[in-house]
Amino acid sequence: MRDYRYNCTTLVYLLPIALLIISLFVGRYQTPMSAVVDESINIFSSLFFGTSASVSTQHTVLFNVRLPRILAALLVGASLSTAGVSFQGIFRNPLVSPYILGVGTGAGFGACLAILLWNSYLLIQCMAFAFGLLAMFIAISMSKASKGTGTLVLVLSGMIVGSIFTALTSLVKYLADPYDELPAIVFWLMGSLATVRFVDLLYILFPMFIGTLVLFLLRWRINILSLGDEEAKALGMNVEKMRLIIIVCATLITSAAVSISGVIGWVGLVVPHISRMIVGPNYSRLLPMSIVIGASFMLIVDDLSRTIAATEIPLGILTSLIGAPLFAYLLKRGRLGWN
Amino acid sequence: MELMLEVKSLSFSYGNGKVLENVSFSLKKGEIICILGPNGSGKSTLIKCIAGILKPDSGSIHILGKDTASLGAGDIARHIGYVPQQNEVVFPFSVLDFVVMGRAPHLSMFASPGADDIKLAKESLAMVGISDLAERPVANLSGGQNQMVLIARALVQKPALLLLDEPTSHLDFGNQILVLETVQRLASLGMSIVMNTHMPDHAFLVGDRAAALAGGRLVAVGKVETVVTSKMMSSVYGVNVAVREIEDMKRKVCLPLRR
Repeated sequence: MRDYRYNCTTLVYLLPIALLIISLFVGRYQTPMSAVVDESINIFSSLFFGTSASVSTQHTVLFNVRLPRILAALLVGASLSTAGVSFQGIFRNPLVSPYILGVGTGAGFGACLAILLWNSYLLIQCMAFAFGLLAMFIAISMSKASKGTGTLVLVLSGMIVGSIFTALTSLVKYLADPYDELPAIVFWLMGSLATVRFVDLLYILFPMFIGTLVLFLLRWRINILSLGDEEAKALGMNVEKMRLIIIVCATLITSAAVSISGVIGWVGLVVPHISRMIVGPNYSRLLPMSIVIGASFMLIVDDLSRTIAATEIPLGILTSLIGAPLFAYLLKRGRLGWN
Repeated sequence: MELMLEVKSLSFSYGNGKVLENVSFSLKKGEIICILGPNGSGKSTLIKCIAGILKPDSGSIHILGKDTASLGAGDIARHIGYVPQQNEVVFPFSVLDFVVMGRAPHLSMFASPGADDIKLAKESLAMVGISDLAERPVANLSGGQNQMVLIARALVQKPALLLLDEPTSHLDFGNQILVLETVQRLASLGMSIVMNTHMPDHAFLVGDRAAALAGGRLVAVGKVETVVTSKMMSSVYGVNVAVREIEDMKRKVCLPLRR
């Protein structure tokens, strides 16, 4: 029984790679298997032997349109899930999402402001990233300034920050030009990976890598933080410092994800639960599993978003339509791996 | 013999309310001290101050001659194991995973427990007699089993001093005795133990020494026989109490009197 489960768990780790390959073929533009192989050989030969790769439509679709988008989906899904599972651990609450400290609404406001003022793709990304981090810093400083301690004040501070940025976002929408800017804002807020290019991936890769690496290395310590402050202290942990490191890293990767994809809900909430059902609550196994399941889940949803209708369906809509019923089903099964 | 623990004129307050005032006592290697006192007398606060969870306003705590104020949280946790009254585990870790967490102060920040740590955890499960529970989720345990798991976790810290905050308070009669026997066995292995308890009788059962707290002040400390007297217990708890020797058992008991 144990061996069987162990093997299945190992197989799950290969899922993102399998999905990556499958996703290259999925889409409105039909590409036969042989074309992908041809193009791959083409690219490798141009890389290693210096022969010039012919730029066909197929090549453009596969490697300039689909591949960056697939990679972005994998990265965004992995990041949101890692942040979600980490926040759930340190807030000792399995219903916490990566946006708990107002990161989502902060980033949303930053992006909307950039659309209103400059409408440059790069600046939208930068502003979303910066305001996501800003929201977290305001929430943390607010909780530090208050007399109360612990996670409850932090969550309340996050709510305050979130609602201020929601109001500001509404203000920006109200001021925006209804024919040009407003649709761009609304579209961005619903989340999409349709316009991702390779160069966009470069900007997010570094913060995502650093944040995820630190969380991965600290994953066993999240178990101890989830026991509560007093017990963690009695086990020799510097609770405030450890919690701050984890919050900063989780916010870093959430902001990076939001900056290229917009605000995508439910992934960071549902994926940790699916992962808990597979490997149990121990973060040593849970965090890596969340990375893998998160990447796979996001890629599947993005494949759906570009194939089920003639026009793109925004990702945020699909993740909610898929995530919410899935969560309800998990609740009904009552095997969520928490009390 | 070397002093394991020395608490000197310790005071602590939450905001304006004084909880502990000028508390002093000491403990040798392998000794058990039972802290008695009514609800709200500061027993738990005293234990949490010693464990380094709460910072005292004044006074000092020395463990093996070292001032805990100068030690980091990790250093304290390598010397002192803390067994909380109850724990609320949000995520249902397996008993083994939970007990291994006691290795935290011995591992570097980015490290995860290895085979040696798991072996130590299994040994300490065996020591408190719950090896068969290793794979069970901590959430589904009975009160007695849960208390044993918490003790096992403190044991893998390899502490010289063990602090227990009312370890028997939620347990049935049999489990209370089981926990007390375990405490006694650990002391016989050389561990020093500070135990809060609601039952003065427990001091007669396992205590070498006893201390009585009332309103944050230590009103008596010393050999169990000198602290658990009918006069002292009656005044501390505000009810009439009798202490009698049971001759054929060769020990004393503390009983409430009927009005």
